[in-house]
Amino acid sequence: MKIAVCIKRVPEMDVTFKIAPTGKAVDETGLKWDMSDFDGYAVEAALQLTEKAGTGEVHVISLGPDVVQETLRKALSMGVAKAVQLKCDTVPFDAYAIGTALAAELKDGGYDLIMFGKMSIDGANGVTQFVVAELLGLPLVHACSKLEIADGKGSARREIEGGGELVSFALPAIVSIDEGIARPRYPSLKGIMAAKRKPLEVRPAQLGEVRLTIETMELPPPRAAGRIIGEGAAAVPELVALLQNEAKVL
Amino acid sequence: MDDSQYFNEQHLQVRDMVRAFARDEVAPVAAHFDAISEFPWANIAKMAELGLLGVPWSEELGGAGLDLTSYMIVIHELAKVDASHGLTVSAHTTLGTSPIVYFGTPEQQQRYVPLLASGRVMGGFGLTEESAGSDAGGTQTTAVRNGDHYLLNGTKRFITHGGVGEIFVVTAVTDRDKGTRGGISAFILTKQNDDLARAAEHNIGHADELTPMPGFTSGRKEDKLGWRASDTRELIFQDVRVPVENRLGVEGEGFANFMRTLDAGRIGIAALSLGIAEGAFEEALKYSTVRRQFGQAISSFQGISFQLADMATEIEAGKHLVYHAAAMLQRGQNVTKAAAMAKLFCSEVAMRATIKAIQVHGGYGYTKEYPVERMMRDAKICEIGEGTSEIQRLVIARELLRDVTA
Ligand SMILES: Cc1cc2nc3c(=O)[nH]c(=O)nc-3n(C[C@H](O)[C@H](O)[C@H](O)COP(=O)(O)OP(=O)(O)OC[C@H]3O[C@@H](n4cnc5c(N)ncnc54)[C@H](O)[C@@H]3O)c2cc1C
Repeated sequence: MKIAVCIKRVPEMDVTFKIAPTGKAVDETGLKWDMSDFDGYAVEAALQLTEKAGTGEVHVISLGPDVVQETLRKALSMGVAKAVQLKCDTVPFDAYAIGTALAAELKDGGYDLIMFGKMSIDGANGVTQFVVAELLGLPLVHACSKLEIADGKGSARREIEGGGELVSFALPAIVSIDEGIARPRYPSLKGIMAAKRKPLEVRPAQLGEVRLTIETMELPPPRAAGRIIGEGAAAVPELVALLQNEAKVL
Repeated sequence: MDDSQYFNEQHLQVRDMVRAFARDEVAPVAAHFDAISEFPWANIAKMAELGLLGVPWSEELGGAGLDLTSYMIVIHELAKVDASHGLTVSAHTTLGTSPIVYFGTPEQQQRYVPLLASGRVMGGFGLTEESAGSDAGGTQTTAVRNGDHYLLNGTKRFITHGGVGEIFVVTAVTDRDKGTRGGISAFILTKQNDDLARAAEHNIGHADELTPMPGFTSGRKEDKLGWRASDTRELIFQDVRVPVENRLGVEGEGFANFMRTLDAGRIGIAALSLGIAEGAFEEALKYSTVRRQFGQAISSFQGISFQLADMATEIEAGKHLVYHAAAMLQRGQNVTKAAAMAKLFCSEVAMRATIKAIQVHGGYGYTKEYPVERMMRDAKICEIGEGTSEIQRLVIARELLRDVTA
């Protein structure tokens, strides 16, 4: 079984973001970067599938400038066999442009399964996998929380409002991964050593037309200070009145 | 510090991994294991899996095959969130394993190092005795040669992994008259893990193929101020028959070899101290921007921000001492002075930084609600173990004066 996982390098989220002077992007100074969370789950799930099957290999693909090699190398040190960088100076905001480049790379790769995180945790669009599925004419199962491959067929669980949905699909196929499927392993020291000897190929990204750009970004308005109305039962009538008339939530 | 001064890309990958492991697996349990003073087997199993218990040893011997800088990074990053976890790596690797790697025969290496490097069993190093602390040459434990074996008698004190370990390198007097000049030898001893049931839950800490030596047991477990998740005990030898093939190195060279082991060990304790200091500093920095008094963040008071500035400056200096000494050792240079300086400075920085971190936290820092009080308790022993600060000064002074008077 041959699996490809498309991964994205994103900033770690536990910081207060600033907007760059252009007003169209996040200020990247001082940010730390890592593999997008959902992509990490996908890499782990892919590794587990091949380990369970006892055969097959996992490849990872990332689109972007040379810094994405750091993210690719992390995947290699987790146990992935091969990495491909689709090189471009900046990552466009348009999933169609990205998906076109990914599809061109994936088309003749002979993959049984192509995996994505259900969305990147920075852009949070979650549409790249749909573009790739459409361009390659493959079935897509979005946001899987469980995944099994047996006898050349796949089955997956999706979490839906108040329950789960079980789907089966033929291979080759595309799946995108939700949280809860598997916690990504830490790269072991042996894995880190082994990663140095694994192939990391670099090719120019054949981006599709960019039809979507960010015009401006803005931070959420600062929260207004709270107001203390009173204490205990005495405050209830005024609170109810305010919730009805001012906040209009009752 | 500019990372590229001492670190290559692989070092940074190791650092990222250990940082994530420390943050997600160690930090959440550190206070618990400190409180109950038990060995954290679940995490030991995970660390073994990741290769953290054999960082610098060759892959042929079951190690990860990385350099000494990577090894120091592992200790440093673990100690930022919990000193006991950092110490486990340091004591197991430098004290327990390195004498066998450096001074063992190929047979001894094949027999013991893979078990230690893979983390399957814990190792330790027995030098200290009641009457032989700073004066490590004052060893009273005796080893009397009797045909194909030695008979060992005596008691070691304060031995890290004394209870949880199965493989120990220990010193004993083989020739009383020669003393430290050729009268002390080293031996590899095996006993059974005393914490077998808890360890077995995680499938670690024991190897069936090791034969415990009758008469070799561990004694009382110390109830300590800090390093409480590390197991410190007596080792007791009562007529222990140690086969001659378990002698480590030439008879009479045990003391000189141990002194060399201590050089590397001191850089490890320096890295550990640095981790404690940095962990405390990071807590203090964070807290100072959140805690408000007199209508402003306490970090806006110069009395607080200057303490942070001092902590950061000393930590920065300590990083250079540690990673410079590690690089020297990797190149095979003599590090006696560099290691003693790193250990002396960083252990004292750890003490100063953790006390300041508590001060920055005010009354909250004195409670177990924040980790800084544990960090201060963990810091104190760094000025004592593997040579007290006084002994480090003695070593440094001896090196300085030898250069002048030679
Ligand atoms: C938690 C813990 C773990 C340990 N782990 C190990 C281990 O794994 N293996 C092992 O072998 N040992 C271990 N030790 C022992 C440790 O290395 C010794 O405690 C240390 O070397 C000091 O010896 P001592 O306690 O006998 O103090 P002493 O030597 O009695 O020192 C008492 C005081 O006298 C000072 N002093 C002594 N001689 C001089 C001098 N010449 N000049 C000036 N001042 C001097 C000392 O600096 C100290 O302040 C451990 C100790 C602890 C507490």
